[in-house]
Amino acid sequence: MTDTEIHQALVAQHGYLMRFARLQLRNEAWAEDAVSETLLVALAKPQAFEGRSQLKTWLVGILKHKIIDSLRQRQREVVLDSGSEDDNFDPLEHMAFKADGHFAQSPADWGNPEQDLNTRQFMAVLDACTEKLPPTQARLFLMREWLELSSNEICKELGLTATNLYVQLHRARLRLRECLELNWFASR
Amino acid sequence: MNPLLRKMPLMRNCKEITALVVAREDRELPPTERMALRMHMAICQACPVFERQMLTMRNAMKQWRHNGTED
Repeated sequence: MTDTEIHQALVAQHGYLMRFARLQLRNEAWAEDAVSETLLVALAKPQAFEGRSQLKTWLVGILKHKIIDSLRQRQREVVLDSGSEDDNFDPLEHMAFKADGHFAQSPADWGNPEQDLNTRQFMAVLDACTEKLPPTQARLFLMREWLELSSNEICKELGLTATNLYVQLHRARLRLRECLELNWFASR
Repeated sequence: MNPLLRKMPLMRNCKEITALVVAREDRELPPTERMALRMHMAICQACPVFERQMLTMRNAMKQWRHNGTED
């Protein structure tokens, strides 16, 4: 590939990379920075990728490192804006439990949406539900699920207590569950 | 539930078990909680359904991670 071709191939990935950066960072400026840094790294060593087929995977790998740096640098802001009352509500309280804490009615049988023909639509709903999470919950949840960091690593990167992390992840997971139930399972 | 049973250390209600099933995605549960979870799952009809929902979410997130880097 010539320099121009490499340059064009990289720039063509900008939108794709921004999608992930936005979802994970929940801040337009941080996302722009992380993606720009990723493209700069890639431009500095174009010999590191063999062909276009692996370009995306290679770029996402670099982006993940840049995003972790970004989260680490802004650790306070990353976990701070969980201010609204709505964000602090425990979704467990939304679920149908009786006064003694037992289920008032059984949770719905979801079947296997991740295996059947509806996978594509299901993934779109999952995407939309992830986007709807409050910023702090979304960042922490995606650090687990997209960056694949352990809970210990997240606490270390962000200077967060384990208790605080678990509370946020508990809310994020239950909120996501509720969103999937409402937008996918209830409508079928 | 019988209030006497309720006081036994391993007896939990569905709400507590639900919280444990969610927590298990992010941390290893101590032996007592693991045991309480097993005991409850053996006698409850609703909680195993919730557990399958969490498993579906875990599988779905795995696929989402892989699909995301393809198209």
